Formats: sequence, C-alpha cells, structure tokens
Amino acid sequence: VCTSRFWFNYRHVANTLSVYRSVKRLGIPDSHIVLMLADDMACNPRNPKPATVFSHKNMELNVYGDDVEVDYRSYEVTVENFLRVLTGRIPPSTPRSKRLLSDDRSNILIYMTGHGGNGFLKFQDSEEITNVELADAFEQMWQKRRYNELLFIIDTCQGASMYERFYSPNIMALASSQVGEDSLSHQPDLGIGVHLMDRYTFYVLEFLEEIHPASQTNMNDLFQVCPKSLCVSTPGHRTDLFQRDPQNVLITDFFGSVRKVEITTETLSLDRDVAGFEPKFPEEELATEPLKYAEQLPVAQIIHQKPKQKDWHPPGGFILGLWALIIMVFFKTYGIKHMKHVF
Amino acid sequence: VASVQVQLVVPMAVVFGPGSVPGDLPRPLPFRDVQEMEISVNLRSSVTARYEMLYRSTTGQEEAALAAATAREADAALHPLQDTTLGSLTTYVVPETSSLLPQGINVYVGKHRSALVRAGGSLAALQARLREVTQVMSFTASSIAAALSDRVPDGQLSPDARRYLKSSLGYEITFSLLNPDPKSHTVDWDIEGAVNRYVKPVLDKLSLVANFSVDSQILYYAVLGVTPRYDKESSSFLLSAHSLPHVINPVEARLGSSAASLYPVLNFLLYVPERSHSPLYIQDKDGAPVSTNAFHSPRWGGIMVYNVEAPASPQASLPLHVDVDMARVMEVFLAQLRLLFGLSREEVPPEFLLESPGNEGLADWELDHLLWAHTVENIATVSTTLTSLAQLLDKIGNIVIKDDVASEVYRAVASVQSAVTELSLGHLHAAFQASKEAVTSSERAFFDPSLLHLLYFPDDQKFAIYIPLFLPMAVPILLSLVKIVRETRQRKKEPTKMD
Repeated sequence: VCTSRFWFNYRHVANTLSVYRSVKRLGIPDSHIVLMLADDMACNPRNPKPATVFSHKNMELNVYGDDVEVDYRSYEVTVENFLRVLTGRIPPSTPRSKRLLSDDRSNILIYMTGHGGNGFLKFQDSEEITNVELADAFEQMWQKRRYNELLFIIDTCQGASMYERFYSPNIMALASSQVGEDSLSHQPDLGIGVHLMDRYTFYVLEFLEEIHPASQTNMNDLFQVCPKSLCVSTPGHRTDLFQRDPQNVLITDFFGSVRKVEITTETLSLDRDVAGFEPKFPEEELATEPLKYAEQLPVAQIIHQKPKQKDWHPPGGFILGLWALIIMVFFKTYGIKHMKHVF
Repeated sequence: VASVQVQLVVPMAVVFGPGSVPGDLPRPLPFRDVQEMEISVNLRSSVTARYEMLYRSTTGQEEAALAAATAREADAALHPLQDTTLGSLTTYVVPETSSLLPQGINVYVGKHRSALVRAGGSLAALQARLREVTQVMSFTASSIAAALSDRVPDGQLSPDARRYLKSSLGYEITFSLLNPDPKSHTVDWDIEGAVNRYVKPVLDKLSLVANFSVDSQILYYAVLGVTPRYDKESSSFLLSAHSLPHVINPVEARLGSSAASLYPVLNFLLYVPERSHSPLYIQDKDGAPVSTNAFHSPRWGGIMVYNVEAPASPQASLPLHVDVDMARVMEVFLAQLRLLFGLSREEVPPEFLLESPGNEGLADWELDHLLWAHTVENIATVSTTLTSLAQLLDKIGNIVIKDDVASEVYRAVASVQSAVTELSLGHLHAAFQASKEAVTSSERAFFDPSLLHLLYFPDDQKFAIYIPLFLPMAVPILLSLVKIVRETRQRKKEPTKMD
C-alpha cells in the first residue's frame, strides 16, 4: 500500500512497486496481490521519462514496467477501502481482484509506506489511520481466521508506533524507524528531480535480491537489514505475538509462495463403457418473448421523490443540561427582573 | 452459542444372520442399546458421539439375500431392504465360518451404507469389530477434531489435519490443458464428453454437499517453472519431489478464475511435456517414478503429466496429433478430487475389504463422512462468527445495526440451534441443510459492509477538539457560579447581623 500522492512523494510509489516486483519474482501471482497506489507518477506531467517509475539512480530499473496490476488506484486508496479489504466487509459488487480471499492457511504480507507520525499514518494527505484502528482490523481478521500468519512492514517516519497496539496472535511487525525518529530517503536523482527511494526499503530490496524461491534464509537476517549506520534511523521489529521462533521462519514463507504438495498414489477405477449424460437442451429456457432493457435506476422515481421526513428526536441530555446551567446562571446573576427584557 | 456442545447421533442396525447370534446376549433379540463416546475438543467445546444400536435378526428377504455367492452380490441384494437415511448404518453379521467373506477378511464394506461383519464368537468381540466399522464408516475423533481445527489448540492437532478443503457453499472446478510446445503436439482432448461421462456422476453425488461449477481451458506456451533433469538409465526426464512445490506458481498466474464467483477454485492441470523433454516422469521421495505421474496440492488442485509416445519414425511430420485418453486422465483427477476432500482409503484396518465405488466416485458412507465433518465444521464456524460479531458490537457502541443484519443474525441463531437439535435426533440431512443456512446467514451478517467502524477518537484528540470550544464559554459560567455562592453565603450571614 502506498499512502501518498503528488509528485514529490515519488519515492513512496517506487518503494511499493519495488516490493511488488520482488514479491512477484519470488512466485506470488497477481491474483494473490492487492496493490493500492495513487498511481500518479508514471503519467505525471512532471515526469521527464513518461510511463516509467525508477527505483535506482542512473535509471537502471523501471519498476513500473508493462505488467503492473494496480487494484486500487488514485482516489480509491482510502482508509475505508483499506479496512474493507482487510476485514472483508466489501460491497457484493466488488470484483475478485479487489478482494482479499484468504483463509486460515494463508500467510499475509502487508507493506505500507508513506508519511506517518506517532500513532497514525497519513492517507493521501486527507485522512489518517490510527494504530488502534489497524490493530482492531487485524483482530477482526483473526476472529474470522482470515490469516495463518501475518508479516507487517512499514516504512514511514515513527513507524514503530504503528505496531505498538497489535494484540492478535501470529503477527510479526517490522518498521523502519522508532518513535521520535524520521525515516530518511536514499538519494535523489538529478535527472528526475526527486528522491527515488527510502533507505530502509532500498536495503530491504538489496537483501531480497539474493533470495530465490528455494532459499532457506530466515527472518533473523531480515531484522539485521539496514543498521543505524546505513539507515540513520533505527529499524525496529516486534515478534512477541508470533508463535514460531523467527529463526525458523523462512523469508519465502511470506515473500514467496512455496506450496505443500503430495504425490497422488491412489486412482479411481472407472468403467469406460458408460454412456454419458446427454446435455439436455432446456427448451423452456429459450426466450419466448422479446427481452426488454431492465431499468437500472428508477430515474422517474428518484426525481420526483419527496425528501424523507427525518424523525424529530428531542435534544440529548448533555445539551439540555448545558443550556439549563447557562440559563440558570444568567438569571441568578442578573436577577429575574431582566426576563421581561428578554421576552 | 460460544461453546459448542454437540451430540452426534448415529442410528445403527445390527442384523444377525442365521447361525451368527453370539451366545452371551444380555437380552433376547430384538433389543436396543446405546453406546457413547466422548470427543473432547477443548475446554469449552465438546462433541459426544452416540450410537443408537438396534440388534435384531434377519427377515426372510434378508436371509435370502445373504445366501448369495459373493459379498458384492449380497450387498446389492440387501440395498433395497435397508434404511437409506443419511447417516445411518446397517451391519449384517454372518457366521464365523461363512464363505461370503474371503479368507482373512472380517469386514466387507459395501457401496451404500451397509457392512458385512464376521461374527467374533462373543458379544464383546463383535462389539469391538462394530466399533471399528463405525470408525471407518461414519467419523473418527480425529476427523471431527480436524473439522473443528479452529478451536483445537495447535499442539494437539496432527500436522496434516488442516489440509482438507474447508466447507463451502460451492466449489469451482477448472480443468486446464497445458501445451507448452504446440509446434510439436496438437493435443485434442474431449473434455466435454469426459465431463459428461465421468465427472458429472461424481458431482451429482456430491451435489448434496455443495454446488459445483465446471469449466475448462487450454493454455499454450505455458511452461513449468522447473527444468527437469535427464536420467541416462531410463532415458527419460525426471522431476524430483522437492522441485514440485515450485512448479505451480508460474502457471497459476496464467490460470485465471471466474471474476464473478467467490467460491474456492480447484484446478486440475494436464501437462503435455515438450518434445525435447519427453518422456517426463515424476519421482517420489525415494527416487521411484510415480505410477500416476501426478501430484496434488491441498486446497488447490492437482497436476498430471501426460506423456506422448515418441513417433514411430523419426521423420514423422510435426506437429503430432495427440488424442488424450480421457478415461485414464479422469481416473487420476477424480482420485485427486477425493483426496482434496479428505476421502482417503489408506487408513483402513487390514482385515477390511472396501468395495470400490465405481463411476459414482464415492460410496454413500463416504458422503456421510463428508456430511458429518462439514456439519460440525459449519456449526463451529457459525458459533465463532456470531460470538465475535457480538464482541465487536459490544466493544464499539456506536455502530448502527441495520434491520436486515439483525434478521440475519436471528436466522443464523435459529438455524444453528435447529442443526444441533437435528444432530441429536440423528437426522443428518436436515442437520446439514440447517447448518448450511446458518453459515450463509452468519457470514452475511458478519461481512455486511455497513459494519465498518471508522470512528476511533483517541483521548488527546477529544481534548484538542472540545477544549477550545468550551473553555471560553465556561469561564463566565464558572465566575458567575462563584459569585452566586458568595452572595448566598453573605445573605445567610446578614439576618443574624440585622438582629
């Protein structure tokens, strides 16, 4: 998830797309990835190289490419949509690619980047998500067993505050900086004119370049990525909610997709001389009357609808009490004889 | 609803054929007996199994049927005379010396819901065998625990307990033909005919469990992600067992699935290797080639490698026309479908003989096996969902619950209660239908889009908003209150002063 928009936040989009590329390279297909981007970089009028997003200076690697599948783009990246994807409370008309169809055997990797603060993460410069809301969303996922294990990586300023409030089991969290520290960006590119990546994600990607689908590297190595000398901020991690020892957790458990397979040793014995079911042509289904266009919106009804009468509710206790106090004080202070002036 | 207390009642009839009645019966036939078995899951949930057994002797027609030559014929003859309600079992006891059962076999399990058991001499030995029969034909403690795997603490489960397909209202089955080398092979597969002839009977039998939809596709230039190794001794290419997990992912990106349906998808892939990599065999862990040349992944589907024979003459014109033997392919795919659902015949005691289900794909008692597991799983899912929904609504007081959400919740509670009642009466079919309705209602209520809570205000934000508004307003009020109190005190002192 990239939670920023506008040209000067180029590095957040490059961060997200680079992690997306790594995850695809290690085997996770697009049908299993939900990518939320503001997607205003590649075709931005200020982009000197249109239709590209570079993650390294000298423009070595175009992470935008031609097979990026963005599921939520532009103004669809909101806190509400993000929480809907996580908890599954999605309107029934949402297509399959925009849903998180995980079950109790799924390992989920969540990577978020953008601008953040102590306890919140800013979404598209107009709203924010707090760490409590995020923790509650994860608890909702756990209640419905929508994940087996969850890895949460966040690359923002004061990122460690976002995982402080988690309380559901089987969650491991990594952040690029502690509370009170800022996450810094890596290097600007003079040709494009903006910073291309953040330091923490840059070093995480260097680490991931060496991982291939069969590698046995474990999580402890990921915790060592980007020490303070390189990153300037202190990356943090949280493993107390996780049941397994991070030593035994493979990187490919989250970043790649290695399935359990079993050799099939049984066969069914079928009788070959069996006549199949002839598919009956359902004659009664042939349209007997001309098909009419179904009214999607009852426009006539909507236009002529009277505004709904809102039920009147008496004012609540707090307001009544406040007004009673004000009136009582006024008349006590200035005397009852002023009433006739009021009325 | 939070704790699951379920009683599974299995109606059983034990029918004694002539000459098989043990000498130590407590009462004369016919009589009823009840055996209970406790399957405790965790501290709050428990499942008890209750076998209501009716011991009786054979009727004339049953005697005639048991006089058949082989067990299979006897089973076929007995089928119309049996109780065919879902979940029930009928066991026919034959004398120890009977030749109906082959040598060394003590129990024959038929295609429907009956078994032929050899008498064991005493009632206790017979009951031990009957217990084994019920373990095979209805449910075991581990199959119920696997269905309730959400609630069982992790340490107590066997490692592969959670690999079967979860209970769902429907499944989508996709058959795909992968042809990576269309220049060398033109592959023709009559998938429509094969589905009609072999797959539809199995799916019709399973239609009680869920809705199935079937589609098929052909993918060209789809390669496996792994390069097979050439083996000089067998002059064939081999895929070792530890490279199999990496085969699926590169292909999955191209498989696609229906955008409209949200049901779990089962993919069955038939891979015709390239000419340069033919023949291709799959090796198991010991290095021996697998007879089916297929492997499957739990909750995903299966892949089978179909080798094309090399052409008779090396100068044969390419592309070669290949007509796929659909029967052989479907034998493997349907076996994989059974394994994905958890219907395996491997853990059967050695003195049992199981009748093959033939083209129907699964025996009636295997269908019961699935229904027991799915009903219990549905009931557990509904109770967890409703409990967590109640907790959510308790914690966040200002979520508005719409009327239709409330009615779904009521419907879910009523359905789950009726499911538990039906289970305790032994009506498996009614219980399963009620549990399906309960799951539908509870999922609809839990995942209703209107229940999203976005109104979290931390305390410091509340102060930051209200103080600038109320503090200036409160200052004159407080000062006036102070003035009032002072005046009242002064007035109280004055009367005494005036005197």
